[in-house]
Order: sequence, then C-alpha cells, then structure tokens
Amino acid sequence: MTEVSVTKDAKPAADDLVVLKGVNKHFGALHVLQDIDMTIARGEVVVVIGPSGSGKSTLCRTINRLETVDSGTITIDGKPLPQEGKELAKLRADVGMVFQSFNLFAHKTVLENVMLGQTKVRRTAKAEAEAKARTLLDRVGVGSQADKYPAQLSGGQQQRVAIARALAMGPKVMLFDEPTSALDPEMINEVLEVMQQLARDGMTMVVVTHEMGFARSAANRVVFMADGRIVEEAVPDQFFSNPRSDRAKDFLSKILHH
Amino acid sequence: MNVLLDHLPEFREGFIGTILLTLASGALAMVLGIVIAGFRVSPVPPLRFFGAAWVTLFRNTPLTVLFLVAWFVVPVIFMPGLSPWTKALLALGFYTSAFVCEAIRSGINTVPLGQAEAARSIGMTFFQTLRLIVLPQATRTVIPPLSSIFIALTKNSAIAGAFSVTELFGVQKLLSDKGFDIAWIFLWVALGYLIITFTISGLFRLLERRLGVAR
Ligand SMILES: Nc1ncnc2c1ncn2[C@@H]1O[C@H](COP(=O)(O)OP(=O)(O)O)[C@@H](O)[C@H]1O
Ligand SMILES: [Mg+2]
Repeated sequence: MTEVSVTKDAKPAADDLVVLKGVNKHFGALHVLQDIDMTIARGEVVVVIGPSGSGKSTLCRTINRLETVDSGTITIDGKPLPQEGKELAKLRADVGMVFQSFNLFAHKTVLENVMLGQTKVRRTAKAEAEAKARTLLDRVGVGSQADKYPAQLSGGQQQRVAIARALAMGPKVMLFDEPTSALDPEMINEVLEVMQQLARDGMTMVVVTHEMGFARSAANRVVFMADGRIVEEAVPDQFFSNPRSDRAKDFLSKILHH
Repeated sequence: MNVLLDHLPEFREGFIGTILLTLASGALAMVLGIVIAGFRVSPVPPLRFFGAAWVTLFRNTPLTVLFLVAWFVVPVIFMPGLSPWTKALLALGFYTSAFVCEAIRSGINTVPLGQAEAARSIGMTFFQTLRLIVLPQATRTVIPPLSSIFIALTKNSAIAGAFSVTELFGVQKLLSDKGFDIAWIFLWVALGYLIITFTISGLFRLLERRLGVAR
C-alpha cells in the first residue's frame, strides 16, 4: 500500500482507486444524487458527513452497485462497474461494505460468517479460509467468539465481525455506512479503534459517520453532502474549525450542540 | 369390519398408491415451487413474469380441469403415451407447485433485506444469495404453510382415483360396485387418509421444532 497522502490536490491520476463522474440517481421524483464527482485515491480515508436524507447511504450503495445509477460512471481501480450479473458480483467482492445494522448472516456462526465469502466467492480452500478468518477475528478482538451465533454477541462485537467478514475478501476499498450509529455509546470506541487501525494500515476507506474524533484523527478529507450534492470538501481540521458553506456551518452548529 | 379384512390387498394397494402419488407429486411440486419462487424474486423481468404467470395459471384453475387437460389435451399436443399415473403426477405436481411457490415467496419476504444485501456485497451471485443465505432462513416460516399444502395434496390425490389411477379413494368405487356397505368402506378409506395426513403434520411439526433449536 502507498503512504497516506494528506494533500488532496497533487495526486497522480494513476493512483485513483474509486472515481465517480457525473453520477445521478433518482428515487421516483426524488433526485437523491445530483451530478456527483468524486475521486478517492488509493490509501485515502474519506469521511462523508451531512444531514439525514442527504444521500450519504445511497452514495455508498452506488459505489458497490447495491443501487443502480441513472447516469454517470463509477470506476473502481480502472474498471467501470458492469451491469448486473456474474461480472458485477466479482467486482463487488473487491469493495467491502459495513452496514449500520451489521447484517451478519443470522443462521451462520461468527466463524462461518467470515469464511463463507472466501469459500463460495473466492473459492479458497476450507482450511485456508478458516485460518484467515481466525486471524481476522483475532485482529478485531473477537477471536474467542468464533463459534457463537451473531444474536449471542453485543452490537460492538457484531460490527467488528462484520468488518472482519468484509476484510476476508481482501477488498481494495472499504465502505462504512454509519457503522457506529446503531451502537450503545460504550461500544462505539471498540469499533472506531478497529477502523483507526485499518486506516493506519493503509486501507482505502469511505466512512459515513458523525464521529468527529474519528474524522479528525483518521480522515485525509471530509466530504460534506446536503440535498444530494457534494457541498464542500476539505481536510478535517479546516472543515471542522472553519467551514466555508452556510449549510456546513448550520449543520456543524447543530451536531456540536449535542 | 369384514369389508376391510376381506379386501385387505385392495385397501393396501390403494393406500400405497396414494402415498406414492403424494410423495412423487409433492417432490415435483417442491422442486418446481422453489425454482418458480426464485424466478419471482429474481432481478430479471422476463423470469419474474414467467413466475407470476405460472402461479396465476395453476393456482386459479380447478384441479379437475387440470386433470382433464392432462388426460385429453397433453397427449394430443405435447406428449402422447403417458401413463395415467404420470399424468396424475403432472396435474397434481404443477397445481401444488403454485401454492408451494407462494408459501416460499412469503417466507423469503420475512428474511430482512439486509441479509441479501450483505451477501451481495461480499460478491455472491443472485443464486448463491438465495441458496446460501435467504432460503435457509426462510425455511422455518415456510414449514407450517407447507404442511397444510401437503395435506391438501394428499386429499387432492383422490381425484386421480376418478381417473382410474390406483389409489385409496378409488378402492371405494371398486368395492361399492361389488355391493358392499358404503358406510364401512368410506370409514376405512377416511381412516387411511387420516393416517397419512397425521403423519405429514407430525413430521412437519418435528421439523419445525428441530429448526427452532438450530436457530
Ligand atoms: N429505496 C429507496 N426508495 C425510495 N427512496 C429512498 C430509498 N432509499 C433512500 N431513499 C430516500 O433517498 C434520500 C436519501 O437517502 P439516504 O441516502 O439514505 O440518506 P442518508 O444516508 O444521507 O440519510 C432520502 O430522502 C430517502 O428517504
Ligand atoms: Mg444513511
């Protein structure tokens, strides 16, 4: 992996991992994503922030095509996202996704959750997949829970398993959609710490979150969205201490008053 | 009493005939029902249309009409030379598959959408998602309606008797033609059906409890 770059201007195009160009998306009459242009470099950590309903989740979901787009292109590591089918399924495996509600497979044990994609999608041998799954579970600190079912784990543990499940596919980029929003306060940090470590290890990450501590310490860039548009982009310190747009000022004043 | 004992071979043959016909058409209905349910939730519009048409056709046609079609239309247009047993199998299997499909589809709808999204996000294809993640979790909710469907199938198989397939209900006609007391014949025939349907609901209840523990 390349070193984490801090400046967003002087990046060589060859190192662009995720590129969105003129992306538009409607839900019926609602224009959820409006002319989104966004480039994420290899190893970069981008935090997406914005009011509820501004299209942050939809943005994440279009990047691995859980949602189709109406116009525009999305390219991952030089390859444009294909139409639905086997080809797309393969590309999705390269994009890890962590959901707000964990979405661990309820009928599988923790270990099976982390092995399933390896054996069924990557066709890895069982023994190898299990070894990798156990290593990852240890890394996120839930190695001792391997034989339990998801419902037997706390929210924080479930979310860390979900991160391990995504990492098991060896993704090029990880998407996090409000990974700590469904967690009790005392469990938020254990998940953020895993994400911090991932960022330090050079993983390319797109993180939708309102955790400003995380944004300040781990993000290279903050993207502020409102009403389906990218309103402002800046390095975290600049964004939080000196936002340019009124929408961002207004939004920050609301969440800072909490 | 002696109607049963004197004609035990006939009753036994009819009883076994009903069991075999029910098992075979039940198996056919399960396979078709799962496949068609897959069609109905697939992202491909023509498949969805085909699934919807299949269910509409077979769920809304009286079974007797399907038997008549199997007897008098299918041999002429599609496949001549089918045995009565095979024709009964097709009519019962196709008819029941529509109900199986809808039971499975409603089971699929009880599985949270996030489960399928997580599966797709790690690169599973539509069919892998259905087979490995969604259907196993739908199974438990599908068992009680399936139990009713198979009991209905057992009783529906009696129509085959009217089309001279050897099964339990046909025994009644055979013996009453010979002049035996109809009330006793019916009693024994009904008891035969009761044994089969009780066995089915017992087996399904066992299955339901088993799956409940396995989470
Ligand atoms: N599947 C959907 N169908 C219709 N509208 C949707 C759907 N998903 C999201 N929306 C709408 O799109 C807008 C953006 O949603 P979302 O991307 O979830 O916003 P955010 O994650 O920023 O809160 C919201 O107004 C939401 O109600
Ligand atoms: Mg959201």
